[in-house]
Amino acid sequence: MSIEEKQNSPTYQDSNLIEYPQNEREVSSFIKKFYKSNIPVELVGSGSKKNIGKPLQCAKTLNLSKLNGIIEYLPEELYIKVKAGTPIQKIEEELKKNNQQLAFEPINFGYLLNEKSDYGTAGGQVACNISGPRRFKVGSVRDHVLGFRGVNGRGEIIKSGGVVVKNVTGYDLSKLMCGSYGTLVALTEITFKVLPAPEEIKTLIIHNQKIESGLSYLDKSINSSNDISGAIFLPNEPIVTGCVMNIEDTFKLNDLKRDGSLTSIRIEGSKNSINQRIENLIKELQIENLNISILETHQSEIFWNKVKSLEFFSSSKNSILRIVIPPSESVNLIYQLSNKFKYYLDWGGALMWMEAFELSEEMFESIRRKVVRLGGYVTMIKNSDYLPYVEDVFTINKDRFYISQNIKKSFDPKRILNPGKMYTGI
Amino acid sequence: MTKLSMPKIDRKLLSKKVEVIANLKKIIKADNILDHEDQTRPFETDALSAYKQKPLVVVFPENTKEVSKILTYCNKERIKVVPRGAGTGLSGGALPLEDCILLCLSKFNKIINVDFKNRCVIAQPGVTNLSITQAVEDRGFYYAPDPSSQIACSIGGNVAENSGGVHSLKYGTTTNNLLGVEVVFMDGTISRLGGKTYDSEGYDLLGLITGSEGLLCVITEVTVKILKKPQTVKAALIGFSTIEDGGKCVSEIIANGIIPSGMEMMDKALIHATDNFVKAGYPRNAESMLIVELDGTEKEVEELIHRVSKIAKKNKSSSIKISKNEKQRLKFWAGRKAAFPACGDMAPDYYCMDGTIPRGKLAEVLKEIQRLSKKYNLPVANAFHAGDGNLHPLIMYDANEKNSLEKTEKFGAEILKYCVKVGGVLTGEHGVGVEKRELMCEMFNNNDIQQQIKIKKALDVSSLLNPGKVYPILRKCAEEGRVHVHRGKTKFPDIPRF
Ligand SMILES: Cc1cc2nc3c(=O)[nH]c(=O)nc-3n(C[C@H](O)[C@H](O)[C@H](O)COP(=O)(O)OP(=O)(O)OC[C@H]3O[C@@H](n4cnc5c(N)ncnc54)[C@H](O)[C@@H]3O)c2cc1C
Repeated sequence: MSIEEKQNSPTYQDSNLIEYPQNEREVSSFIKKFYKSNIPVELVGSGSKKNIGKPLQCAKTLNLSKLNGIIEYLPEELYIKVKAGTPIQKIEEELKKNNQQLAFEPINFGYLLNEKSDYGTAGGQVACNISGPRRFKVGSVRDHVLGFRGVNGRGEIIKSGGVVVKNVTGYDLSKLMCGSYGTLVALTEITFKVLPAPEEIKTLIIHNQKIESGLSYLDKSINSSNDISGAIFLPNEPIVTGCVMNIEDTFKLNDLKRDGSLTSIRIEGSKNSINQRIENLIKELQIENLNISILETHQSEIFWNKVKSLEFFSSSKNSILRIVIPPSESVNLIYQLSNKFKYYLDWGGALMWMEAFELSEEMFESIRRKVVRLGGYVTMIKNSDYLPYVEDVFTINKDRFYISQNIKKSFDPKRILNPGKMYTGI
Repeated sequence: MTKLSMPKIDRKLLSKKVEVIANLKKIIKADNILDHEDQTRPFETDALSAYKQKPLVVVFPENTKEVSKILTYCNKERIKVVPRGAGTGLSGGALPLEDCILLCLSKFNKIINVDFKNRCVIAQPGVTNLSITQAVEDRGFYYAPDPSSQIACSIGGNVAENSGGVHSLKYGTTTNNLLGVEVVFMDGTISRLGGKTYDSEGYDLLGLITGSEGLLCVITEVTVKILKKPQTVKAALIGFSTIEDGGKCVSEIIANGIIPSGMEMMDKALIHATDNFVKAGYPRNAESMLIVELDGTEKEVEELIHRVSKIAKKNKSSSIKISKNEKQRLKFWAGRKAAFPACGDMAPDYYCMDGTIPRGKLAEVLKEIQRLSKKYNLPVANAFHAGDGNLHPLIMYDANEKNSLEKTEKFGAEILKYCVKVGGVLTGEHGVGVEKRELMCEMFNNNDIQQQIKIKKALDVSSLLNPGKVYPILRKCAEEGRVHVHRGKTKFPDIPRF
């Protein structure tokens, strides 16, 4: 097989030699070598999200986990600079000591993809750009990367950005790194913006709402001045063959009543402020007489951790899809999908996580067409035994594909970094 | 006028002007083409008026298809194109070239859709920043990034420059508030990046084109996020008897987990100048002063004001004043907003710089600026977006004095270099443009710059879109970055200056 054929073949297996560069210079010399001899290489951090995207058959693997460690953390400057292979958990533990956090809430794909908790590495989070429930308020991973260093497909060490938030010096390549799945640059160093962690958290949960009313409460809360930081709808229907309906089992908490769907609103801040905002919300939403639960800080933490660990789906053997749409379209989409899937809605309806039993490629494509028509996009996050491979994991159209191809070439002219991971030909 | 190296002029094209105009007339209405010197003169500069150049032709397309056709034509004929919004840019980004078509987006002046359900506004790029807030404020919403030029600058220009404002500390700059754009690339391809959803899949092309200073594409439509206004907003005016104390207070407020919606700092020279100008009630005996604005629920704001006051006292504040009502809060801001005109009152000419540094270096950099001020024997007044370390030193001079302009330029360049030296960057919000082009090598090495140029080439093969901007032409990394204002005659004199 020619290199070209190998790059595009879904089945080709080569002897898979793994290299462990110890530092940026070594990453650069490996890639320079691969560049010279046209050898495609798969980049991995800890491998926690290795299964997102198309399977790769590269001659070489560059494991970046040895690039591990915090380079500089200045809490009062609100940034932390780390080597790209540093585990997210290590970063978060360090930040916690100063009551700070990565505000975009890194997602824990561990349970879903490898059956154990694993937030992966800094580089992995950046490569995927998938953010947690606070996204609609504070932005996603891409809004929290201030700068980076890395090695492009020619083996050259490049950098962009810095350690400050206000910066328009040159193109903002940090953004481009986010969601590029390692197809442009092998990241070696990342500077994240960090923010104060909230003193306290409360979660207001309205029980047993239908999707329409549940979403309308979420919508009103986001549209209020109460500065909410989480808005999800966890339904207990439809009952779907082949899917485990487990919201009651997943969200077992002392102060959480067991009563139907959960329309959940998170409020963070100082104690007085939170109490005032909860009071306001209850009044503004006119839910004084409805069945509600209120979770205090500790239980709220557990609750939202379960959300960002996708525990609702953790035991699933089915296809898992992630759909992003304009928030006003979510009810419409659920109708169009005629209630055949297990799902929950995050970001006030703008994000839908979905589990599909015996999903065929045709059905997947038909879902995609509906989603695109409503102005959104869909990603196949996890394949099932029933549908182990899809050609188009990500959504893209013709002109964006063409532009992306040119961008790819500008970083990686021989297509040696994670070739085909996102799209065939990129 | 300052002499500037620009890309080689295509003399042949200059001689084919009549033909070019005839071809353009096939694409857009004749009324939308200006070519006589008298007509093109108003477009010879942006708000960095030290540099002037009349373009070959100015065109005013009215829709995206026309933009696409113009670019397709120019790409085929190898004609350079410079996009222009409202021309309030401070780094010469919209400076025309002698052989370019200046593409003005001012006819793209409609708000297309106000969508409260999805909390966004779709607008054409020529719409002013402020009119987006005006379109939604009756329902209690606003668009967060608020450059002080907001009554005049265009939202398309904001995207091109990734503009910020005093509230960027808490609410981010343009890039954090943008959901989607429609753009036209140099080969005429029309593309939509993003939309009404959060994030889009694949490469973050939206992120890439934001802040690309008109080098990668022409923006023809913009979708921005709108936010609900906070319940309560209050401001504290805090004086300090040394600059160090003020600087430390800024760091400590942040270190204490407080993110004010705005945190501005001024030095003594500017406190006096602005207080003389608008009688804002500033502490005139203070060496430095902070305006700290806090927003949220009533209780939260009270609590925060209390905490900020405590931190200020700990850092030896000499005075603290809290706004009692909205009128007083606006009064506090009035002085700060008058920073530019107030300087204009103090000296015949001034230069405005724009670097960003890590907050903790505020006092150090201010000291260095004072040292340089003595060295060059030129007074300087300092206005900072202290919360995010964005400095705007205003150097005062008299252009009629021999060599004073040159001296000022050297002074400015030294400040920017010092910003980079302490871990900061050349420009926080005004952009590189032609102005800081040659200083890029202070921050980037050849690999970094070549990668950026390759991206440019990936989207604009022949480098026809806004060439000569952002990347060094001389490859000699020298010279200065500044805004030139002569004898108080600034462009847009009625806009509050930051
Ligand atoms: C008094 C004053 C105060 C200011 N205060 C601030 C401030 O607080 N914060 C801040 O960030 N800036 C500030 N600025 C700078 C300026 O207002 C901003 O950079 C603004 O975003 C420029 O918008 P514009 O429409 O005037 O763009 P222009 O000056 O016309 O153009 C700026 C750049 O964008 C490109 N461009 C414009 N429109 C498009 C388009 N549709 N497609 C592609 N490229 C395009 C141009 O080619 C050029 O490179 C201030 C300027 C003045 C004069």
